[in-house]
Amino acid sequence: MADFQLSAEGVEFVKAELKRYETPLSAVIPCLYRVQKENQGWVSPESVSYLSQLMDIPEAHINEVLSFYTMFNREPVGRHHVQVCCNISCAMNGARELTHHLCKSFDVKEGEVSKDGKLTITRVECLGSCGTAPMMQINDRYYENLSPDSAVKIIKELE
Amino acid sequence: MEIKLLSEHYDKPEYRSLEGYKKHDGYRVLAKALKMDPKAIVEEVKASGLRGRGGAGFPTGVKWGFLPDNGEPRYLLCNADEGEPGTFKDRLMMERAPHQLIEGMIISAFAIGSKKSYIYIRGEYDDSIRIVREALKEAYSAGFLGQNILGSGFDHDMDVYVGAGAYICGEETGMISSLEGKKGQPKLKPPFPAVKGYLGKPTIVNNVETLAAVIPVVDKGAQAYRQHGTEKSAGTKLFSVSGNVVKPGTYEVALGYPLMDLINNECGGLKPGRKLKAVIPGGSSAPVLTAEECAQANMDYESLAQLGSMLGSGAVIVIDDSNCMVDLLGVIMHFYHHESCGQCTPCREGTGWLNKIVHSVLSGQGRLQDIDLIVRVSEHMMGRTICALSDAAALPAISFVKKFRDEFEFYVREGRSKVKGAAHVEM
Repeated sequence: MADFQLSAEGVEFVKAELKRYETPLSAVIPCLYRVQKENQGWVSPESVSYLSQLMDIPEAHINEVLSFYTMFNREPVGRHHVQVCCNISCAMNGARELTHHLCKSFDVKEGEVSKDGKLTITRVECLGSCGTAPMMQINDRYYENLSPDSAVKIIKELE
Repeated sequence: MEIKLLSEHYDKPEYRSLEGYKKHDGYRVLAKALKMDPKAIVEEVKASGLRGRGGAGFPTGVKWGFLPDNGEPRYLLCNADEGEPGTFKDRLMMERAPHQLIEGMIISAFAIGSKKSYIYIRGEYDDSIRIVREALKEAYSAGFLGQNILGSGFDHDMDVYVGAGAYICGEETGMISSLEGKKGQPKLKPPFPAVKGYLGKPTIVNNVETLAAVIPVVDKGAQAYRQHGTEKSAGTKLFSVSGNVVKPGTYEVALGYPLMDLINNECGGLKPGRKLKAVIPGGSSAPVLTAEECAQANMDYESLAQLGSMLGSGAVIVIDDSNCMVDLLGVIMHFYHHESCGQCTPCREGTGWLNKIVHSVLSGQGRLQDIDLIVRVSEHMMGRTICALSDAAALPAISFVKKFRDEFEFYVREGRSKVKGAAHVEM
């Protein structure tokens, strides 16, 4: 882990992003996404040092951005990151009970990685899917109008 | 009754593609606009009375008029960081009609003389990001973007920028900070973005729906647009309705439409056997209305302001009698505490305390004086910060306590909810 490196395509991506916007700093967010994608879903301290050198942007700045935004994980997550919206419309439709049910069904504590490395379940704030509550996001995908059973089934069917 | 100036074709899958969009008259208004005097478009938008659909409701044409005439490059920034709890209309528009947004943006950019625009989409909206990017490619290859658009001599480039999870980036100066590659912290105003925005250059930030609404305004003119809505709240608006209604969803109605008609006619009313308790009419930042107030509420900026609330982003959260208001305030306060960017003390500390106090009541540890403390803390959070997040936490807190005080008192005395069967779920 100590020597994180992006793939050749990843490096090309970073170089292109640095030129894409009016300021190279704007490339930090897209490049952190790229690192996260190539580092099993999280951004490690080693990868920040690496990115800082590659982008020629101070580590302190990258860390500042990294820690501000919730979509960057600073701890390892499971292969499937299950995020259950528990904001108002979802809470009114049983999202908090659903989160507990999922944690119990898959024997994992909220925010922790399951023993087989498959899952992390977390509650999140509004995902803009309030008319189809309750809902969850697994990695990039939305699953809406859930019931406790349908949500368990969806997760069970993941690899 | 729905009036679909924007959403007429949203149910047709083909409308998402350039071909399908053009089949339904797409980009016709752009061709018309590019033959107009840009200043005339700004005047038309001013005359239409179109107001920002993202939350603040500021007149769009007036905002455009704030741009200084100093020869500096100007940026147009589309706010697609839809994050106000209860709001999901912009997502619908981007997923069903990405070219409508792009066309509205090109027309707006032409009107304000901008050669570069960004669509800042919240990172969680993976489908929207993919669909809008695909549509941008189509628009470039059809010559609607790039150099010399439709032979008009007007050049414009457009790009998508993806957020990374922060409610505060929906605030326009927070969004600018984020686009500049920094923490999404709001900046002190003035100077307003129209004068000093993205990288210190004049920048107009408009919501997705606002930019799309420019199309019907330019197409049929300000007077035709004003046929819908009220004197001060012109046109139609997309309302995201969620909570305890039979048919939640996005509905486009004229501004001024009665709230109860929206709930009963468009959304199929409440679930059988349930009674209306309250409605949050404009996203979770808007003060809650009681059932009695709902009966007098019309969905326009003035009517809701008169009732002490606001239209906000048009997110209508319908709450029936199965809900505990103390529990719901706990959910809302957790959100604002989580999303405070932390730079202003009243907000950083205030949202933390409100969350703590409401949750101490919910855990059975509350004292009667805590109820007044919620109001007192809230009052100290208003009008004292760089942006409106602090007020957005304080206003609902005050309204919940003042209008449903009996539920708070019962919770403190009994250590449980007054509402039968409404158990608070600890997270």
